[in-house]
Amino acid sequence: MKQETIIDFIYEEAFLLDTMQWSKWLELYDKDARYWMPMEWNQTDPMMQQSLMYEDMLLLTIRVERLSGERTFSQKPKSRCHHILQTPKILEFNEEKDLFKTWTPFTYTETRGDILERFSGWASHDLKLVNNNIKISLKRIDLINFDAPFSNIQLFM
Amino acid sequence: MNKYENNKKAVQKLVLDKSVHRDVYINEEIFKLEMEQLFPNVWIFIGHASQIKTPGDFITSKIGNQPILVSRHRDNSIHVLYNRCPHKGVKIASEPCGNTGKFFRCPYHAWSFKTDGSLLAVPLKKGYEGTGFADTAASKGLSKVENVKIYKDFIFARLSKNGPSFEDYFGDSLSTIDNMVDRSPNGALEIVSSPIRYMHTCNWKMLVENQTDTCHPMVAHESSAGTAVKVWEREKVNSVSKDTPIAVQFYAPFMSPYEFYESTGIRIWPNGHGHTGVTGSIHQDYTDVDGYMEQMVEKHGDEKAKQIINDVRHNTVYFPNIMVKGAVQILRNFIPISVDKTLVESWCFRLVGAPQKFFERSLMYNRFINAPTSIVGHDDLEMYERAQEGLKSDGNEWVNLQRLYDEDEKHDVTEIINGTSERQMRNQFNAWSKYMTLNMSEKLEAAE
Repeated sequence: MKQETIIDFIYEEAFLLDTMQWSKWLELYDKDARYWMPMEWNQTDPMMQQSLMYEDMLLLTIRVERLSGERTFSQKPKSRCHHILQTPKILEFNEEKDLFKTWTPFTYTETRGDILERFSGWASHDLKLVNNNIKISLKRIDLINFDAPFSNIQLFM
Repeated sequence: MNKYENNKKAVQKLVLDKSVHRDVYINEEIFKLEMEQLFPNVWIFIGHASQIKTPGDFITSKIGNQPILVSRHRDNSIHVLYNRCPHKGVKIASEPCGNTGKFFRCPYHAWSFKTDGSLLAVPLKKGYEGTGFADTAASKGLSKVENVKIYKDFIFARLSKNGPSFEDYFGDSLSTIDNMVDRSPNGALEIVSSPIRYMHTCNWKMLVENQTDTCHPMVAHESSAGTAVKVWEREKVNSVSKDTPIAVQFYAPFMSPYEFYESTGIRIWPNGHGHTGVTGSIHQDYTDVDGYMEQMVEKHGDEKAKQIINDVRHNTVYFPNIMVKGAVQILRNFIPISVDKTLVESWCFRLVGAPQKFFERSLMYNRFINAPTSIVGHDDLEMYERAQEGLKSDGNEWVNLQRLYDEDEKHDVTEIINGTSERQMRNQFNAWSKYMTLNMSEKLEAAE
């Protein structure tokens, strides 16, 4: 595998999110994957320290299905999102261990109705190969202001 | 603009037996009066002693719109101080928590204060000689809040001179805090984590009312809890473990039918306090944690241990602005920012001595339900925001709170009632009216 393949994969994830292809986005994740948003600086434990999100595929699937629910009033009108990514830095590229790690500074915008909110942070991906397809085993999103009082964040960074 | 200031009758007229006027949620003058009257007149939660364990530790907080500083002195006593330098008014501490060492030092002109608030030193002291400095308020150091109560490590304060005693104000409602403390085999709770903070663009009272609103979960949360149930039912065939995940155990009971909430009841107490889930609640069916019952029996004996663990009260409102959930060890603080803005800080407590699974669950519940990333939170905030907008309509100036109203019902009593009643909301507004106007007439006389 080439290093560019990994980088393209990170861009592809942002593309699927920005174009709201939620089901295809979920398919990028391994069945045991986790989506983690820490609430502390340099947080080491997702469970025993407070996180904003630490979700498995069941919980992510619930989120995605909820977005299109008939009675999901917080999505009437719908939210949209927008990612700007810096070129991902490859932190680990280990085909032998089947472990690939990237670090991607980003700016994320989420909008709904007349409200537009902007977030900045770093996305860390742990990737692996499953049947020759790249899959996410962990996505970690560290916001620069992780402890600020946000209003709704309904989509995915 | 001054429709309500020094006008006790006008304020009282906003609260009728079965309805309240929209101005309680949308009028800026009412909000200002809540900060000047209501919040100072009653007992407000400002922190937990476990946040300031060692001398020099401090936390900052607010009562209404007034900045407060709570510090641990070298003799281990706790002091609640107004967080402003007696010199020019600069806030002495600006971080949520920290350790100041042996003294506080104002960053502006280096006036310094002992951790009990008393003045330690002023630079260029000579400049004050012969100026009568000793007779000024400034020479006394940081002003102290006189009415402070530390109840089982929960720190409360009342700013006004005239007001109810702590015991009269909370009475039997303290039993919910007692139950949460009793759930620790060591009889102690601990805060070891920052709260989840969630900004709401709505009036603070909408959030407080929602805590005992049992007719909304199966409606407003169909989108989150209903979807969770549906997805789990479909996906569990592919799941390795057939045990219902704790996440689904948390979400699913929100979909309980009206009959469930009706039968589990609401208990109201005087002064606006009350709780849902008297004989059972949405928290009653979580998987047991190994070894915990044995610990509790050893500490309390069989009967008392069962009584503590089976008391699974749902939401307890301590009027005006906190809610305690003993069964999952969470306290939510609804902090008013402006008439249409409320900061919610949701704290988890660690049950000292209990298996760590409890703290893991508490943190999990907190992020599932109380976070800006929570789908349950999204459902609720949408309703509050729509109400904040909708109330601007002149079509009807009143909010209806008459579900299960009885014309014989009394104020300031303890009673157990049907769990879908809106009586706890009426109870809160009775207390609101009482404490908004408690010290108002005196002001009127002074103004004349």
